[in-house]
Amino acid sequence: MNYPISKFSSPLQRVTGLLFVMTLYVVIANTFFAPDSFWHVSDYSVTLLGKYLCYALLALAVDLVWGYCGILSLGHGAFFALGGYAMGMYLMRQIGERGVYGNPDLPDFMVFLSWDSLPWFWWGSDSFVWMIVMVVLAPGLLAYIFGAMAFRSRVSGVYLSIMTQAMTYALLLAFFRNEMGFGGNNGLTDFKDILGFSLQSSGTRLTLFVLTTVFLGLAYFICHRIVNSKAGKVVMAIRDAESRTRFVGYNTAKYKVAIFTFSAVLAGIAGALYVPQVGIINPGEFSPINSIEMVIWVAIGGRGTLYGAIVGALVVSYAKTRFTAIMPEAWLFALGGLFVLVTLLLPKGLVGLWPTVKTKAQQLWPKEKAL
Amino acid sequence: MKAQASSMRATENLVPDTRHGVILYLENVSVSFDGFKALNDLNLYINDGELRCLIGANGAGKTTMMDVITGKTRPDQGKINFGQQIDLLKLNEAEIAQAGIGRKFQKPTVFEALSVYENLYLSLKMDKGIWYSLWHQLNGEQKDDIDRILAIIGLTEQRHGLAGNLSHGQKQWLEIGMLLAAKPRVLLVDEPVAGMTLQETERTAELLTSLAGEHSVVVVEHDMSFVRSIARTVTVLHQGSVLAEGSMAHIQSHPDVKRVYLGEEST
Repeated sequence: MNYPISKFSSPLQRVTGLLFVMTLYVVIANTFFAPDSFWHVSDYSVTLLGKYLCYALLALAVDLVWGYCGILSLGHGAFFALGGYAMGMYLMRQIGERGVYGNPDLPDFMVFLSWDSLPWFWWGSDSFVWMIVMVVLAPGLLAYIFGAMAFRSRVSGVYLSIMTQAMTYALLLAFFRNEMGFGGNNGLTDFKDILGFSLQSSGTRLTLFVLTTVFLGLAYFICHRIVNSKAGKVVMAIRDAESRTRFVGYNTAKYKVAIFTFSAVLAGIAGALYVPQVGIINPGEFSPINSIEMVIWVAIGGRGTLYGAIVGALVVSYAKTRFTAIMPEAWLFALGGLFVLVTLLLPKGLVGLWPTVKTKAQQLWPKEKAL
Repeated sequence: MKAQASSMRATENLVPDTRHGVILYLENVSVSFDGFKALNDLNLYINDGELRCLIGANGAGKTTMMDVITGKTRPDQGKINFGQQIDLLKLNEAEIAQAGIGRKFQKPTVFEALSVYENLYLSLKMDKGIWYSLWHQLNGEQKDDIDRILAIIGLTEQRHGLAGNLSHGQKQWLEIGMLLAAKPRVLLVDEPVAGMTLQETERTAELLTSLAGEHSVVVVEHDMSFVRSIARTVTVLHQGSVLAEGSMAHIQSHPDVKRVYLGEEST
């Protein structure tokens, strides 16, 4: 309140501002610069960036429950994957007669398994609106039921983390089975178009990328409002002293269920935006290691800040792309090493460095001037 | 009054009936942990507006009694009523707190990552549902309430500082302030002066005596000189039940009490 107010004084303005500038630049650079120009951003890069931003949205969801409510979820990959599968089912149905078997209704894998009709849970999967409903409902409902059971019986800490891990592992095993009706091992892929627009065209790719930044900006804004509201303070109080919060008169289980469910929905939306950009969703997304990686993004970026999660997801994903191109087998070691280093040396994550850098710079600057 | 009525939506049917002058009834309450009887057929009545001190050796059941009243521990048997009609055994911790029973823990527990002001804000008596909290803005009356409490607990200067940076004594006061913000009928205070300096202890004694009347205050304390300075009625617990009850002078001359408690600990 006593700070001098500048245009970019709050993290909210900085994050949304940066997102806007980046999106604008990518759109211009992709559309107007010639492919051989230095300033050109290729379709490949657009999609890659879009993928990173989906991860950023997912990291935001993890930070909301972990950084602010102290719920260390090691199963957020499950919500991400469920959102992705909801989108994937819709995209599968859009293939229609263009599939290998040319069946107008049944996706290829069902024809291959010689099923003669769609299972009941594929009902409505050809509707775009129903897909959106499912993207929200599937992860949201799972999180609500899981959360209601876990938080009402006061499971917390490491036990809760193990349960979330078990949840995503169970789903991994289930989705691997062909009888589940989600394409088994191979998952859902070979998508052709979305709402009639080809997924291969650069226009669609650019639109999906822009949509992802819009959703990320919107989600950031909403999370920012939540953590700065009174409810956000209650959530932080729960993180630090749950039993005290109860004696102050708050039903802490309800708050935890609500924040967990909201976070799962965000993760589901991230998954739904991810699938059309990468072109595939398979059970591998449920694998526990993915969920752990998400937590590492947040830890490296800096938990409990929201923007730290975004920074962490972008930095680690970029590093992963680079690193796996050079030494694929060493990546997990690098990731683990990074996690240990950050935890030991930078408990506030990368964004925690910023104030130090700033003061250092301020100390150096006048000296140079004096000389 | 109107604003208060609407904010009390959730708890409006939970106003304790104190026509008989008693706010808290504990009757035949027993709790055992692995065969150890922490409370043994305890009978205790707290009058509306009184300041009651509870003393007793370690393991006499003082903290267990508070746990049982606030819903943290469920008794094996017995009855606990708030006023004549509210059965506390049917409510959970949050509902008991909303009904008007506030508790201060032995170890000060404030919300360290939040400011002093926010600590009090969260504690104010109002609808504590999520949806309501999501959109809530402080109104003038509530801001006045917080300012008034800050003045009472002497933390006006530190209002925007983090609660985690307060000294031990200040945290104790902040916690008492949080209780006051909730406008409770009954305050359960567990060892309020443990670890306080002499001046802090004196201020706490003043604070607690000034609260009695408007609130009923139950203080559990080991520090006998502190008890002597504030107490009107003292209850001695021993092995989970009441050993003696009465004025300080009465207690001190009670032969059983001398034997089991004062004889060993007071000097």
